[in-house]
Amino acid sequence: MKFDTPATTNPIDQLKVVGKPVDRIDGPLKTTGMAPYAYERHDVAPDQAYGHVLGAGIGKGRIAAMDTAVAKAAPGVLAVLTTLDMPRLEKGQMNTAFLFGGADIQHYHQAIAVVVAETFEQARDAAAMIQVRYVREPGRFDLAAEAPNAKLTSADSGEGSGAAHEERIGDFEAAFAQAPVTLDATYTTPDESHAMMEPHATIAAWEGDRLTVWTSNQMVAWGRRDLAKTLGIPAEKVRLDSPFVGGGFGGKLFLRADAVLAALGARTAGRPVKLALARPLMANNTTHRPATIQRIRIGAGRDGRITAIAHESLSGDLPDGQPETAVSQTKLLYAGANRLTAMRLAVLDLPEGNAMRAPGEAPGLMTLEVAMDEMAERLEMDPVEFRILNDTQEDPEHPGRRFSQRQLVRCLREGAERFGWNRRAAKPGGHREGRWLVGMGVAAGFRNNLVMASGARVRLDGGGGVTVETDMTDIGTGSYTIIAQTAAEMMGVPLEKVAVRLGDSSFPVSAGSGGQWGGNSSTAGVYAACMKLREAVAQRLGVNSAEASFVDGEVRAGNRVAPLGQAAGVDGLVAEDRIEYGDLAKRYQQSTFAGHFVEVGVDAATGETRVRRMLAVCAAGRILNPKSARSQVIGAMTMGVGAALMEELAVDKRHGFFVNHDLAGYEVPVHADIPHQDVVFLDEVDPISSPMKAKGVGELGICGVGAAVANAIHNATGVRVRDYPITLDKLLDRLPEVA
Amino acid sequence: MKPFTYERALSPAEAAASAARQPAARFIAGGTNLLDLMKLQIEVPPHLIDVNGLGLDGIEATSEGGLRIGALVRNTDLAADERVRRDYGVLARALLAGATGQLRNKATTAGNLLQRTRCPYFYDTAQPCNKRQPGSGCSAIGGITRQLAVIGASEACIATHPSDMAVAMRALDATVETVKADGVARHIPIAGFHRLPGETPHIETALEPGEFITAVTLPPPLGGQHFYRKVRDRASYAFALVSIAAVVQRDGTGRVALGGVAHRPWRVEAAEADLPRGAKPTMAAILDGARPTHDNAFKVTLAQRTLASVLAEAKG
Ligand SMILES: Cc1cc2nc3c(=O)[nH]c(=O)nc-3n(C[C@H](O)[C@H](O)[C@H](O)COP(=O)(O)OP(=O)(O)OC[C@H]3O[C@@H](n4cnc5c(N)ncnc54)[C@H](O)[C@@H]3O)c2cc1C
Ligand code: SF4
Repeated sequence: MKFDTPATTNPIDQLKVVGKPVDRIDGPLKTTGMAPYAYERHDVAPDQAYGHVLGAGIGKGRIAAMDTAVAKAAPGVLAVLTTLDMPRLEKGQMNTAFLFGGADIQHYHQAIAVVVAETFEQARDAAAMIQVRYVREPGRFDLAAEAPNAKLTSADSGEGSGAAHEERIGDFEAAFAQAPVTLDATYTTPDESHAMMEPHATIAAWEGDRLTVWTSNQMVAWGRRDLAKTLGIPAEKVRLDSPFVGGGFGGKLFLRADAVLAALGARTAGRPVKLALARPLMANNTTHRPATIQRIRIGAGRDGRITAIAHESLSGDLPDGQPETAVSQTKLLYAGANRLTAMRLAVLDLPEGNAMRAPGEAPGLMTLEVAMDEMAERLEMDPVEFRILNDTQEDPEHPGRRFSQRQLVRCLREGAERFGWNRRAAKPGGHREGRWLVGMGVAAGFRNNLVMASGARVRLDGGGGVTVETDMTDIGTGSYTIIAQTAAEMMGVPLEKVAVRLGDSSFPVSAGSGGQWGGNSSTAGVYAACMKLREAVAQRLGVNSAEASFVDGEVRAGNRVAPLGQAAGVDGLVAEDRIEYGDLAKRYQQSTFAGHFVEVGVDAATGETRVRRMLAVCAAGRILNPKSARSQVIGAMTMGVGAALMEELAVDKRHGFFVNHDLAGYEVPVHADIPHQDVVFLDEVDPISSPMKAKGVGELGICGVGAAVANAIHNATGVRVRDYPITLDKLLDRLPEVA
Repeated sequence: MKPFTYERALSPAEAAASAARQPAARFIAGGTNLLDLMKLQIEVPPHLIDVNGLGLDGIEATSEGGLRIGALVRNTDLAADERVRRDYGVLARALLAGATGQLRNKATTAGNLLQRTRCPYFYDTAQPCNKRQPGSGCSAIGGITRQLAVIGASEACIATHPSDMAVAMRALDATVETVKADGVARHIPIAGFHRLPGETPHIETALEPGEFITAVTLPPPLGGQHFYRKVRDRASYAFALVSIAAVVQRDGTGRVALGGVAHRPWRVEAAEADLPRGAKPTMAAILDGARPTHDNAFKVTLAQRTLASVLAEAKG
């Protein structure tokens, strides 16, 4: 099905099942520990051996020698495969760092060996017996120091944000020079880790030249393609199965060393191999959100209207890497005739930087929305009003190109109203409750809406049951549930009549889970397949499909009423289709919007910041399931608090690695950090986006949160911190004296 | 994890004797620290002596009017004990500020005292570390040091002791009771229990090899107001950047011990005479001679401000 004209009324609009806050259909499996996550799939292949991956102990250089004799002789060891045993493997299409093979070390904890043994403990123990002799080479580990060598680089995050290396509209420099009120500030955001609960894990088994991997991956088709490419085998020989993913946040978008080394280990040992990357490997072996240094300049008239806006971002990555697209939202969020955005990329020898929840916008808004707060202060305007004044209903770089929907102003107004924004002390440091300096902050949330082609197969059985198969993944987001809701709505059956099977590469290729495109795109694919199935049902029953209605497990057309299952016959009835998109995304700018409001208390003595209240008002198209959507947003808000207050991969700039590579050292918010969170979804349908009229929400929730926290800290204390995370040491010497 | 043998000891003396036979053996109590370290091969004991069955899990009054806490009393139980809550509030609060409910259910009094540093380089076996591998060098010096010591450190090691409980015990002047491998019992004042790193950061306490902790005793209650203020980057489940255990009397005199700043709970008794004059002179005396790094210099300011906040609260 080609979607190239805005949606009109369709069966989804009945909203009998879609749009309802139904519980997750996979909830009981998860709460009882029965959901088969990759590492626990003991039943999929007999006689599984255990693998353990050894990571390099240097940041850059090469391996002169490896001695595996002791490891090979250790109890239970079946195979030891080192990176010196094979030439460098080819890279997958989505990979920047090489995953295995050859003597060169590109980054710390790069996989250099896999040990396969009868037990996990034996494999881990033997891996520690491998002696490695390294030749270190100097590396580039300091982003700020590499700034002079950085090159202008354009990029598309592949996840919804992107920008040309440099984009100029009007004459920024002249307008900025003439503006009566200006800001020129530099901000930094640190490297961040996805820190999802489930590590990268894979079980691999060979049958002749056919490989099956049971793994944890957000993008089944990419993973299969890139695993085949890396191993140098045809993609048809690879099956990848990933029905449950214990969190990914972008860390599992790509093929990683777990799948490659499980496959190689299994081939070497001649047995199925199961392995997970140990937690300490996850920060340095896999990918992370790259640090940025961002300069923002804004010029405005005394009336508060922006006349000039510039956003330049510097980030680093391994050779052939990409810049963090942190300027992307600045191209679209506010009006202003004279504009400049630029991205620079420095080559670093740190581990691979790549997508993490809302790549581009998340770190970009952490800075832009603080800059907006600083401008409002200079203009002596309320920060909500300043943003509203500079709202735009068209793409500011391409006048005339409209947003499909843009309700940012309503998000801000309604948020301010609900949050009690009028109680905010306009003067920073003006509100104290005992030990606590209390402040409120606001930020706009913005995230592009991407639509991706997505396929599905639906099967109707004689009992009126519907089974959906697609290689879509559920990374904790609720895909199972909204897909079931979609099929139930389309076929006129109750939710219990729908079975959903996901994550298998033998199913039709879907959008996968990334860039907050998964919910809307994958359900649109199911919609397309269901439309085809309705057609087929009507044909079987000999009725006109245009007249047929699918209600309560029946098909009704004129006077005829037939049970839906009747059309299935004994063999069942199967339909498969795929949603594909025309050029609506070009003609209209499709984005999602939010108003984020945060109240913090800052301990006047210690500078500890504790969030007290949070509110997000979101405008993101039709909300397919308010319960799972709310879960996505509150999870993202939590991640935003982490980014604002504590998350930072600490770079050892001498040796080139992230030092705090476990969950004790890399702090993310715990329950005690997260107070009451309110989420409001504005009533919105976006017929430009898809037949579902939905958009993404999973990343919108994080976009802007960090800045809202930072702005609240400023309102509480009068201290402006431009370097994330805002830990107490950055506030301490600017807080009031304690007696 | 290296393969190891395991036994369950039946008496403290037997535990000590068994350790004497196998000098590299380790006692295992709650295992919440030791097992993590074994998995990473930071500790590689060939033999474990399980001391959970020794019945050392009672808390009893001493004839002097204090409390004797069995070495195996769980942190949760100690924090919940009525006498501890009433008379040693600083200890109850310190315990509850540590780790999480699940960990405190397992963690024991002796194990908590003996938990090892959280220096990130100590945890990465690819990095040199004098504490893990004597003589290999200290990776932390010149590296990431935000969490590390500001006082009492050496050229060999700048790690901190991570315990909260031990800081309160230092303020309370607790005594550690032990039995040595040869069966001889001794009492070690907490002030002399933890060592500074010096040239031998791998030797962390006054315990001899194989020496077994049987109990920790607290002297009679001090009265006064009890505070434990733990400052950290998140609200729970994080080690202290700085913590302050304080007992403040009505006349403004009192005791102060610090966590998060040194290789042992940090207390300077002589400085406490300044307490009635306020946080600034007191902390200046407590941290006299501090040599922070660029990354952790804030701890000096933080300690002073936190003490000021505690003293303000004490005044009411
Ligand atoms: C994630 C995490 C967070 C934590 N957060 C905090 C925190 O915020 N604050 C804090 O204070 N602590 C914290 N801890 C540490 C925790 O308090 C310790 O792990 C615990 O107290 C150790 O007690 P245990 O009984 O489990 O010791 P074990 O792990 O069993 O033993 C520790 C050491 O003590 C030795 N030992 C045990 N008993 C005896 C004995 N009777 N005689 C002689 N030697 C003995 C063992 O041989 C071993 O060397 C945290 C731990 C974890 C894992
Ligand atoms: S500070 Fe101590 S524990 Fe840390 S690396 Fe140096 S020697 Fe090891």
